[in-house]
Amino acid sequence: MLKIDKLNFSYDDLKVLWDIDLEVHEGEIVSVVGSNGAGKSTTLKNISRLVRPDSGSILFQGEEITKLESHQVVERGIVQVPEGRKIFPEMTVRENLRMGSFIKSAKATRESNMERVFTLFPRLKEREKQLGGTMSGGEQQMLAIGRGLMTNPKLLLLDEPSLGLSPLLVGNIFEIIKEINRQGVTILLVEQNVYQSLRIAHRGYVLETGRVVLSGKGEDLLNDPHVRKAFLGM
Amino acid sequence: MIVFFQSLLSGVLIGGVYALIGIGLTIIFGVMRIINFAHGDIMMIGMYLTYNLFAMAGIDPFLSIAITIPIMFVFGALLQKLFINRVLNALPQNQILLTIGLGLIMSNTMMLIYTSDYKILSTSYSSSSVKLFGISISEPLAISFVITAAITALLYWFFLKTDTGQAIRATAQDREAAQLMGINVKRMSIIAFGLGAALAGTAGALISPTYYIFPQIGSIFTLKAFVITVLGGMGSILGATLGGVIIGVAESMGAVYISSGWKDVVVFVLFLLVLLFKPAGLLGKSRM
Repeated sequence: MLKIDKLNFSYDDLKVLWDIDLEVHEGEIVSVVGSNGAGKSTTLKNISRLVRPDSGSILFQGEEITKLESHQVVERGIVQVPEGRKIFPEMTVRENLRMGSFIKSAKATRESNMERVFTLFPRLKEREKQLGGTMSGGEQQMLAIGRGLMTNPKLLLLDEPSLGLSPLLVGNIFEIIKEINRQGVTILLVEQNVYQSLRIAHRGYVLETGRVVLSGKGEDLLNDPHVRKAFLGM
Repeated sequence: MIVFFQSLLSGVLIGGVYALIGIGLTIIFGVMRIINFAHGDIMMIGMYLTYNLFAMAGIDPFLSIAITIPIMFVFGALLQKLFINRVLNALPQNQILLTIGLGLIMSNTMMLIYTSDYKILSTSYSSSSVKLFGISISEPLAISFVITAAITALLYWFFLKTDTGQAIRATAQDREAAQLMGINVKRMSIIAFGLGAALAGTAGALISPTYYIFPQIGSIFTLKAFVITVLGGMGSILGATLGGVIIGVAESMGAVYISSGWKDVVVFVLFLLVLLFKPAGLLGKSRM
């Protein structure tokens, strides 16, 4: 479904990504793990075309997307839930969700998708009229994911969804990600929570200083001595 | 007491037009984070457009806004597409230089065509007024206020209820997140600048029956627009609406109770006081 081939990227003179190869198959949850600054978020930003790569190709369903604008990538079915949630602070929960269904293809299913989001996150239904900026971190994360789902994504990119959440909510968020995947959405997940994200992933990649150093099945990576030593403290 | 209400009402009426100018500037700032120093000059273009439609085709200035609004929208959209979009990521001083330069080109072009002579657009009702409870209301000001109120209401509806309006607000609140929702932010910027220019142009049309028309009038109104938006809180439409009315009333009260030569002093003292006690403006926290 998504195939990244030899992606190189630098911020001005600082090279951040080195020959990244990464693949996501339809129906999968793929986790990209690594420490802060490993290049995980930058990889997602390249897919969403918020930044321009130095070289390399990104194919989505056979189409080269490195020539497209951000909004065109969304129209193709790739939706990102960004790090730090980035919800619209002066808009209500409902307005935020409505913005998720801005693109033409999503407008038709606006009401049914809204119901679907409210079923997934009953909390959002209760807060429907509240301003996004006044909600707690956990609620904002639900809203950000809900807003992403409003776009009818084929591939959902999740950037650090568990960041800043209480331990109880962290578990919840991962259950919800699994549930969204069960409903037929392919997921590319970027996380610092290595254990939880590899546990739910079909496959995973380990990034270190901008390079893919390991890849494989989620459970295999969890049992890998390097991963256990570097990330899980075992 | 009559004098008080008289000046209050005149202030509110002219304040409506000021609000229109301020809202235009605040929309542009909200979406692009650029202060449009050509704003008053765009308004001036709207004045000349109205003047020409009146002088050449005999179209009433208040009716001619039906023509002025779309023309000014396209004018603003083109400015954004051709010039402003190129400096969105540039240093602030470069953006300022660009808008000041565009304003200079506009005022000097108009000077070339029309010279710096004052033009007067006098309609049959330019100086007529109606009496209500002993207060006299200038007819052109009253009509322009009604139009202003209608346009402002329409604008609020657009921003709160339509998808495009909400997308413009979303772009103002978080440009990157808006992109991730599939919103074409460049397009939204073009619409936003078009709207800002259309509002400035409309304000120009509405005041043309009561003001002298000359190429340099823009700078006065750029400053005024700036004061209004900063007073209300940069980027806040409600703030600009409020700021416009406050400035209108302050000018009118200052002219009546102190002297018309001192009305600007009243405005700026008020402005400084607000900045002193509420540096982000009256509604500084709220965004579009």
